[in-house]
Amino acid sequence: MDDKYLPAIYTGFALGIAFLGWRIDNAYYLQLLIFIGLNTLLALSLNMLMGYAGQISLGHAAFYGIGAYVTAILSTTYQVPPLLALPAAVGAAMLIAWIVGMPTLRLSGYYLGMGTLGFGMIVHIVLREWSSVTGGASGFVGIPPLTVGPVEFASNKSYFFLVWAVVLAVIFLCRRIIDSRVGRALCAIHDGEKAAAAVGVNTRRLKLQVFVLSAGIAALAGFLYAHLVFFISPGSFGFMASIKIVTMVVIGGMASIWGALFGASLLTLLPEWLHAFSEFEMVVYGLILMVVMIFMPRGLTRGLMDIYERYRKTHDRQ
Amino acid sequence: MQELLQYLFSGMTNGAVYAVIALGFSMLYSSTDLINFAHGEFVMLGALCMVSLTAGAGLALVPAFFVTVAAVAAAGMLFERLAIRPVRHPQPIVLIIITVGASIFLRGTGMLIWGKDAHSMPPFLDIAPIDIAGARLLAQSVWILVIVTALAAGLHLFYKKTLTGKAMTACAVNKKGAWIVGIPFKWMVLLAFGMSTGLGAVAGASIAPITMSSYDMGTILGLKGFCGAMLGGLGSLWGAILGGFLLGILEAMGVGFVSSGFKDATAFLLLLLVLYVRPQGILGTAEVKRF
Amino acid sequence: MNGTAKPMTGSDPILEIRDVDKAFGGVQALDRIGFALEKASITGLIGPNGAGKTTLFNVITGIFAPDAGDIRFAGQSIENLEVHQRVSLGIARTFQNVELFESMTAMENILVGLYTRTRAGMIQSMLRLPRTRQEEARARDQAMELLKFVGLQDYASRKSGDLPFGWQRMLEVARAMAAQPHLLLLDEPAAGLNMSETGHLGELIKEIRKQGITILLVEHDMSLTMSISDQIVVLDQGRKIAEGTPRAVQEDEAVMAAYLGKKANPTND
Repeated sequence: MDDKYLPAIYTGFALGIAFLGWRIDNAYYLQLLIFIGLNTLLALSLNMLMGYAGQISLGHAAFYGIGAYVTAILSTTYQVPPLLALPAAVGAAMLIAWIVGMPTLRLSGYYLGMGTLGFGMIVHIVLREWSSVTGGASGFVGIPPLTVGPVEFASNKSYFFLVWAVVLAVIFLCRRIIDSRVGRALCAIHDGEKAAAAVGVNTRRLKLQVFVLSAGIAALAGFLYAHLVFFISPGSFGFMASIKIVTMVVIGGMASIWGALFGASLLTLLPEWLHAFSEFEMVVYGLILMVVMIFMPRGLTRGLMDIYERYRKTHDRQ
Repeated sequence: MQELLQYLFSGMTNGAVYAVIALGFSMLYSSTDLINFAHGEFVMLGALCMVSLTAGAGLALVPAFFVTVAAVAAAGMLFERLAIRPVRHPQPIVLIIITVGASIFLRGTGMLIWGKDAHSMPPFLDIAPIDIAGARLLAQSVWILVIVTALAAGLHLFYKKTLTGKAMTACAVNKKGAWIVGIPFKWMVLLAFGMSTGLGAVAGASIAPITMSSYDMGTILGLKGFCGAMLGGLGSLWGAILGGFLLGILEAMGVGFVSSGFKDATAFLLLLLVLYVRPQGILGTAEVKRF
Repeated sequence: MNGTAKPMTGSDPILEIRDVDKAFGGVQALDRIGFALEKASITGLIGPNGAGKTTLFNVITGIFAPDAGDIRFAGQSIENLEVHQRVSLGIARTFQNVELFESMTAMENILVGLYTRTRAGMIQSMLRLPRTRQEEARARDQAMELLKFVGLQDYASRKSGDLPFGWQRMLEVARAMAAQPHLLLLDEPAAGLNMSETGHLGELIKEIRKQGITILLVEHDMSLTMSISDQIVVLDQGRKIAEGTPRAVQEDEAVMAAYLGKKANPTND
């Protein structure tokens, strides 16, 4: 991506989103686009951790769930205004990420994956079993809508604009981090942790920082989710949810913001398209995962670009 | 006292199942350096195949058992050939996604074949539960224990005494070196997958009589089996047995003395404990990737 | 963190290694190693394969802790410092197998090398205040200077993994220099280089010495090592078997025996 055109691309994108929000009135489509937005936030959060810093996390839905449940509990049980619950939700996730991250990020490869998996499962079980606080397996009802001053974000349209404004802001900030000293250090850790340390990068601290950051973004998505659907249950934050987020990042293309967007869109729309197959849904989903990873391990966006490059090269020769 | 014994017995039964599943993980890892996230689904396939062959097709126990194991092992080898071997750059994240995809695929297939219902089958031997000091031990549990012991002994002999077994170990230790001395690496990996998934099928077939088998039983069993393998030491056969049993017993104690809801958490808490404190597990000596 | 080394007096050796032991399993990789490096000197560390040279580098840079012994840099013990902290202090290194950040450009590699000499954190990067932007601009200028120093200024935007091997080595040296080290450890920098590249490397190392930087050089290329080093330390099987000027070492019998050569002068491999 040529950096010169980046501001223009982002502006165009933002305008395109605004246009969609203005013109689409169908509740189903709006909800779908909102979910693409939420999933983009999740994919972005994991992308910072996995795509740039190269750390596998198979339990990321836990932070999504923590964000959702903290705001649900505070704003419903304790009548805290949702806007005040926001820093608590994000802060709780970041604190937990910090505590868990310290021992876990010392691991690498499969062991890191398993450690994050174990963490994710434990959070899921806690959400499911601590019924007195979380409502248990049957879920948590009665979450109030999000109000910011006089504005109540209860309609699909208002939520669409809210979520996508947040997405654009997060993209903007993530882009800034990636193009900075910290972003380069993260890529360095990904390319060669030993060498990164040898040039003076405090790899342990940086990995922890990006882990905490990504937890915060995921919790933000959880916050928005809770005040969108007004009812949450532990089932949305389990192992499959974590895998879905990983899939979005990996299939979309790691270390690519557009990849995160693409992966999120694909994995939000795919179940909708697969409804036609209904009972073949899992079979098809699993097949797609396997096929894409076998033939395009760098993700669909890179894979498609590679194919395009090869096509162009063979045609240039003629 | 009776309570404790009961927990011990049920813990040992579950532990034996976890042990066989853990064996599958450890065995594959020690032969190929791979972790198969879809392993639990092969357990599921073993269980459901067994049910279908005995109840549906009316096959006798012993032939049904062997057909199940053979069929699932074949499926495992097909899986290796189609989904693992073609991978050009086998990094952990790529293999994790592929095996997770396979897990979803197999679960979907299981649902297509056997539906969403749970299936059961009668135990291998129609014997009443054995009464020991007031606690009851199911006959099937004894079967499972016997099978586990036989498997452990068998695998031990395989790796230590047979040429194939030694060749397999060689491949895991040094791929290039094994290739240079003429060990057919690709066949070894294929065999390893067949053996590993076959072990999974044994686990599934053994528990089919004492549990309700359904298409989604594999995931949590697989994860717990993996925790058992890590606890005992990934790559160590006796470690897998030890870890599996230990997990089963600790889980049962947890259910008995704490609460049943958090039963599943035991496995994962132990996993985290192992990873943080002693990643090579109780019996493992493998080099752990820790920076 | 982003600290600078303690100011040194002219007479202190910049690096002192005393009685350093390191064993792996049953193998004694380093056995009571001791020597000192004078400021702004070039020391060649030679010895047959397996002598412990890279292990010594890893101990000095902090990848391994020694089993026994003492390492003092600029007069202070660095035992409890982690790898990245030693870089801040002023010790930089290159690797035997070039370890560049292959997905990043040459410029970006050097910018990472400047990590300890810059300070913008995550939050500052998000805000991108004027001070951060200035630091970034300054860093890019410095990186360009370093690229010029090794002759790679025209390849700043080339992906480092795509560069020819000899240039990758140069880039790695430039990246190590970015940390503004007082001590530079070069691990077989001439391996895989042809004659003219090796000559260029030798000139480069001498230029680095002119800047007041001390260099410890592990090399198998004897003509390079002997021609540029002020002193030579010879290791064999974990032990120091000789130390002195290049000439003295070349005539040392223990050294000749270690290399199994019957010739009077050890030659290039």
